[in-house]
Amino acid sequence: MKKVLLPRSLIELWSCLEEEPEAPVFAGGTDLLVRLRHDQSVVPALIGLERVAELQEVREEGDCLWIGAATTHSRLLNDPRIGGMLPVLKKALETLGSPPIRNMGTVGGNICTASPAGDTLPPLTVLDAEVELSSAKTGRVMPLRTFIVGPGKTRLEKGEILTAVRVKKPIAYDFQYFEKIGQRKALACAVASLAALIRTSPAGVIEAVRLAWGSVGPTVVTAPKVEALLVGERFSPALLEKAAVLARQAVSPIDDLRATADYRREVSGRLLLRLGSYHSCEARGSKQGGQGIFRCLLHRPVSQSP
Amino acid sequence: MKIRFTLNGRNTSVSTAPDRRVLDLLREEFKLTGTKEGCGSGECGVCTILVDGENRLSCLMLAGQLAGKTITTIEGLADGETLHPLQEAFVGCGAVQCGFCTPGMILAASALLQGKPDPTREEIREGLSGNLCRCTGYQKIVDAVESAAKAMNHPDHSPEVAAIRHKGHLR
Repeated sequence: MKKVLLPRSLIELWSCLEEEPEAPVFAGGTDLLVRLRHDQSVVPALIGLERVAELQEVREEGDCLWIGAATTHSRLLNDPRIGGMLPVLKKALETLGSPPIRNMGTVGGNICTASPAGDTLPPLTVLDAEVELSSAKTGRVMPLRTFIVGPGKTRLEKGEILTAVRVKKPIAYDFQYFEKIGQRKALACAVASLAALIRTSPAGVIEAVRLAWGSVGPTVVTAPKVEALLVGERFSPALLEKAAVLARQAVSPIDDLRATADYRREVSGRLLLRLGSYHSCEARGSKQGGQGIFRCLLHRPVSQSP
Repeated sequence: MKIRFTLNGRNTSVSTAPDRRVLDLLREEFKLTGTKEGCGSGECGVCTILVDGENRLSCLMLAGQLAGKTITTIEGLADGETLHPLQEAFVGCGAVQCGFCTPGMILAASALLQGKPDPTREEIREGLSGNLCRCTGYQKIVDAVESAAKAMNHPDHSPEVAAIRHKGHLR
């Protein structure tokens, strides 16, 4: 029998960690409890973060949103600030797991699990998210990009937990896009995904672009070469074809039970080409320049049929 | 370890290992076998329960996590002998075949209707997307939730429920 410790504050948490330094820490349990079921290694206790009040809020700090690590995906989806300022994250959350998984799982858990297919990771990467790490004695902040070092591997040290993720409100980008390819519409691990932030001038020239792919490398894949190619140009099928070639070179997918590496590589480029069809959607629809694609993306039905 | 919580409207206290799965506690200790085990890893939804009104998966919850919470299982949804409108609608629409997924479906639907009393069919599909059914093809389940929503919003105007009442299937 293992102890299950459910501290109600960070102070209580630090004493739990002192008492049980070997105990794994979990929030929603949707990853850890599945893993422990198949893992015979004996852990003396489990420490749950679900009742630590300080870790379950979203607040605005200057030009940043501070998201407590143990905030559930459902709470984020219901928070109008997430949909309003970070639709790229909202769209990813809508594709994550299923309603009950989103009622249990948390953003901090998704980050610390560090799965190559973690759905919040590509959007948080293009948003230049920073993670806040704390222990009983110290605190530090580092970019999410450096925090995750490989599949299931992070820079979290013993006695340390992820307390929050901090995201700048991306006012500099007028388009936010996320798309995930999976084998089903719900409860599907990503085969490949793409998060994008784009800013275009009133004349339609791409001024800035951030791209990040999920599930096509050991961690989230970024491609500065693709971004550099796009900046200063206008969206056109020919441009995106060129970008897709570079994107396919940038990713390093593997074969697994969900898809082959070749398929993932192909889809990584294809997701970029689709960005163009959303852009043409904008050209048809809008008098407000950039708003059109944004509206298109937000209004694209997110079907989650079983 | 003694754990106190509210189970189907009753204050409850149970001595059990804190790392026991809630699913096992409900089935073995309380004999509430309406909560099923399918995959045991969060992918099928048959172990769905309501925790403070939210649909969660009892296969991925530990007994210790119940402390202070309000839990509803399928057994606690009816009001005595009077079925919940969702239960009536599942019977009336023929949304039950083997029945294994039904408790989870109905609880997920009740959580959905709590937040969205008048959902579209697409929203119903999304709300139930964590619950697998291998018999029905989902159409009749979506029909049932739609019909229950109507019945709950306009208690006197649900044709399906009226029809089964008429046939005497329900008291």
